[in-house]
Amino acid sequence: MSLQSLDIIRRSATTIPAPAARGAHTGEVAKLIDVTKCIGCKACQVACMEWNDLRDEVGTCSGTYTNPADLSDQSWTLMRFAEYENDKGDLEWLIRKDGCMHCADPGCLKACPAPGAIVQYANGIVDFVEENCIGCGYCITGCPFNVPRISKKDKKAYKCTLCSDRVGVGLEPACVKSCPTGAIVFGSKDDMQRHADERIVDLKSRGFEQAGLYDPAGVGGTHVMYVLHHADKPEIYSGLPKDPRISTMVRLWKGATKPLAVLAILGAALAGVLHYVGVGPNEVTKEDEEAARRELEKQS
Amino acid sequence: MTTPVDRPIPGTEEIVRYAPRTRIAHWILVLAFLLLALSGLAMFYPPLYWLSNLFGGGDIMRAVHPWIGLVMVVAFIAVASQVFTHMRMQARDRQWLRQLGDVTANREEKLPDVGRYNAGQKLVFFSVITCATVLLLTGLEIWRAYFTAYFPVELTRLASLLHAFFAFVLILTIIVHIYAAIWVKGSVRAMTRGTVSYGWAWRHHRAWFRDVTRSAARK
Repeated sequence: MSLQSLDIIRRSATTIPAPAARGAHTGEVAKLIDVTKCIGCKACQVACMEWNDLRDEVGTCSGTYTNPADLSDQSWTLMRFAEYENDKGDLEWLIRKDGCMHCADPGCLKACPAPGAIVQYANGIVDFVEENCIGCGYCITGCPFNVPRISKKDKKAYKCTLCSDRVGVGLEPACVKSCPTGAIVFGSKDDMQRHADERIVDLKSRGFEQAGLYDPAGVGGTHVMYVLHHADKPEIYSGLPKDPRISTMVRLWKGATKPLAVLAILGAALAGVLHYVGVGPNEVTKEDEEAARRELEKQS
Repeated sequence: MTTPVDRPIPGTEEIVRYAPRTRIAHWILVLAFLLLALSGLAMFYPPLYWLSNLFGGGDIMRAVHPWIGLVMVVAFIAVASQVFTHMRMQARDRQWLRQLGDVTANREEKLPDVGRYNAGQKLVFFSVITCATVLLLTGLEIWRAYFTAYFPVELTRLASLLHAFFAFVLILTIIVHIYAAIWVKGSVRAMTRGTVSYGWAWRHHRAWFRDVTRSAARK
């Protein structure tokens, strides 16, 4: 699974330093999803299941074009269809390709208790290494985007890999390859930001005043970015969070509290040892036994 | 036949303090707590992840931890139901707590007479009952295999944090509990054989000793 082991810059539940000699000198990668160009054909969904050998269950219609109804261990990406009525009273069909955002500061990796079950490569891809996964689901608790899913089959967590196996050998992700309108593009993060800027200028000239790039700073930026016509209202795109960040509760749970709590536990045990050595045990004496006997004689 | 608790054994200088069923439940509780603490620490603190090897690997540890938790809750209820009537805080307990310096310096002669349990034991009991309740509720919430999907993720985050915090408090409490058993000689016997000596009862639980011996003399 870890094809690019030396490229790993962060590893879950690991305190030893990661290999640092190699860097991403040609730039970190990013996938740019231009929501304004998407026609909702779902070719990306099909390409994803084909490349990754996934087959979700054939479900039922939930009343929208979104199908399957949610991400799963078998559906790592999903077109979410939202019907939005704009200020003019016109209908806008907002189609967002949902999946892992590959955060620079990944909440899943922070929350994961299994060493090496989640890794981050120098190029920015966040990958799950299923053979190290223990199936606790903490990654779901830590994720600000509600992306990872535990498989019912093997109790392990799965999500989009950004086709790390393809990227590792110089190919673009399968979804990018399949997109017929060029709504999904892949390259270095710098290039993708430049490309997005051009698209935003174009969109603004067409009347989308609030068009913008979604690359949320709260999670250190993401390696999957969106061009949105309404970047001021990301929530209208099927609940894309406006200001995602790792929850304070997760930070408290997984931050400095860990070593401090263990130190306090060791300190308590040490206090016991010191007390025993310094003060000594509390033992029953001959006098206690005699006093007890006298008490009994008094009673009878 | 059940052994009568709080009764001297005729012809000996011993008092029965714990019935066999209480002792058995207690040691099941001990085992469950140890396994939970070891697996919990392995999942809480990465440098202790190697403890997962004791369980045959991280995935097995993750799978058995909640079930052992249920065992602990049942065992705790079994023990608590036998002792909770003696756990009410009284005026003499508050005085005992004010003299903690005398307690830790083994100057027991200066302390007020103690009933079946001293104030420290009562505080341990209340701490465990609080921790066990919170750990049960939050533990069910974060039990991914069965329950977590029914709750909003914000609640799961809070439950995870509370679960870790109250586990920490419980571990500290149990360290106090274990150390007290090592420190106060003759205590462990109450939980292994079920009996304590007259001298022990006189020294550590004088009011209880009087109750027990007087009611035995009346019979």
